[in-house]
Amino acid sequence: MAGICNELRLIGKPLNGLLTAWKGLSLTIQHAFGFKKRETAFVSEPNYFDKQNGTATIEYPAQKLPVPEVGRYQLDVEMDDCIVCDLCAKICPVDCITIDSIKATEAIGQTSDGTTKRLYAAKFDIDMAKCMYCGLCTVVCPTECIVMTDNYDKTVFDLGKLTYHFSDMTAEEADEKRALLEKQNAEKQAAKLAAMKKNDPQ
Amino acid sequence: MGSYAIFFGVAIGLFAFAATFALFAVYAERKLSAFIQDRIGPNVTGKYGTLQTIADILKLIQKEMIDPAAVDKCLYALAPAIIFIAVYLGFAALPWAPGLVPSKINIGLYYIFGIISIETLGILMAGWGSNNKYSILGAMRSAAQIISYEIPAGFALIAAVVICGSLDLQAISTQQGIITQEHIKFLGIWDVTGMGGILAWNVFRAPHLLVAFVIYFIASLAESNRAPFDIPEAESELVSGFHTEYTGMRFGLIFLAEYSMMFLVSMVGVILFWGSWNTPLPNLGTMQLAAWTTGAVWGIFWIFTKTLLLVALQIWIRWTLPRLRVDQLMNLSWKILTPLAFLCMIASALWRVYVMN
Repeated sequence: MAGICNELRLIGKPLNGLLTAWKGLSLTIQHAFGFKKRETAFVSEPNYFDKQNGTATIEYPAQKLPVPEVGRYQLDVEMDDCIVCDLCAKICPVDCITIDSIKATEAIGQTSDGTTKRLYAAKFDIDMAKCMYCGLCTVVCPTECIVMTDNYDKTVFDLGKLTYHFSDMTAEEADEKRALLEKQNAEKQAAKLAAMKKNDPQ
Repeated sequence: MGSYAIFFGVAIGLFAFAATFALFAVYAERKLSAFIQDRIGPNVTGKYGTLQTIADILKLIQKEMIDPAAVDKCLYALAPAIIFIAVYLGFAALPWAPGLVPSKINIGLYYIFGIISIETLGILMAGWGSNNKYSILGAMRSAAQIISYEIPAGFALIAAVVICGSLDLQAISTQQGIITQEHIKFLGIWDVTGMGGILAWNVFRAPHLLVAFVIYFIASLAESNRAPFDIPEAESELVSGFHTEYTGMRFGLIFLAEYSMMFLVSMVGVILFWGSWNTPLPNLGTMQLAAWTTGAVWGIFWIFTKTLLLVALQIWIRWTLPRLRVDQLMNLSWKILTPLAFLCMIASALWRVYVMN
């Protein structure tokens, strides 16, 4: 009896092997012939999770995955709305924001939410190579001028290009404003001295 | 002198064929494997990536051939050449069409099996000469595997040879079509001598040859070191086994040998079991389909198509089935395939004596 069982197993096992191999082979051939180029779709589309067939490859530069427009990728600054308060530079945990401010001699305008601007930004640089995308700067900004955009692809050939310059002032303009400020400061100092002299009884 | 020119011409032609075939087979393999795995595969170089393998070969040719300090220089340098030449010489005896065969020898099959078993020697030389643990392990595994699988493969082929009564591949081919002088019987009962077509192929002349073909096909996968029998290479466990140390064109030759071997074993399978260069279309009354589709050009077309189908099957299997363990491999060869191949051979002998007479 045991002998017969053994012999049956000798036939059954290879047969089973062939059958299971065929199972796998039919599965792979279905994939081979079910080849279909992938369409990128946004995750909120109703049939997003039904798309199980076709390639899983995204041909990147030619084909991009849609990202939400509130995505938090690159930092961007709307300079017209910036009051150069330096809060973002102070809160940044990795010190990737450098701001150089010049006090204006008078109010120089208003941001879109009505805050008065009193400082020029001689320099407003963000080093995206250092940025860790924590988003703290966007939270503390009182005028909401620093934001994160949905642009995730900012590859550059030169590392220096990852430092973004947002200030729209030229060096000459900055020097001019500095000179104006110095002049005003000097005038104020002179006026102060004159007033002190006048008040001095002698 | 003229005949020597012909010999060289044939030799160069066969080499050119092997190289071109390897180029396209590599492309086909990459594309098919990509589709199986839901990827795209090469698609940038040339239309649909067709120039990718040519670019790869150009890159391979430019690469430096590095001799590690501790290798056995002679064995190490000779091994790729021996591996490739062993397979390449096998091509000499393959018939392509009625009357078209590079070397007409009446022991063609015997010669092919003798010459391609030299490949093991080349692999052993490569493994030993590399002076590296992974390589020697790979070479030993290869020797164990190829020697084991030559037995079922050989007996499965003998089963077909017994039915045909010849070792001459051209004679075996002729027997399976309309130009034969003998009587062909479909399944041993129905005389289809003038009809030919698919009914006259060996697997249908004697149905147990279908089993023999499956045995031969499995064993041929092992002989060409293809997955699921690629334990000599075993890139994930042996760091590519016997060819770990090879670079540049030496590696290229080993690669070329693998793809040529795929084609060679598939073609031998086609010749012995699937009607060789004969058309699958039978003569039906006034519709002389077989007669219309037999000839030199048609012969090349049919044998090429059939062989490529088998090569595609090999690729498909490679990208589906996982690699066998050494003990499973030995089990399969010695406990299942070898006894089955013996049974097929005995069945062939009985068929020849009792049914074909």
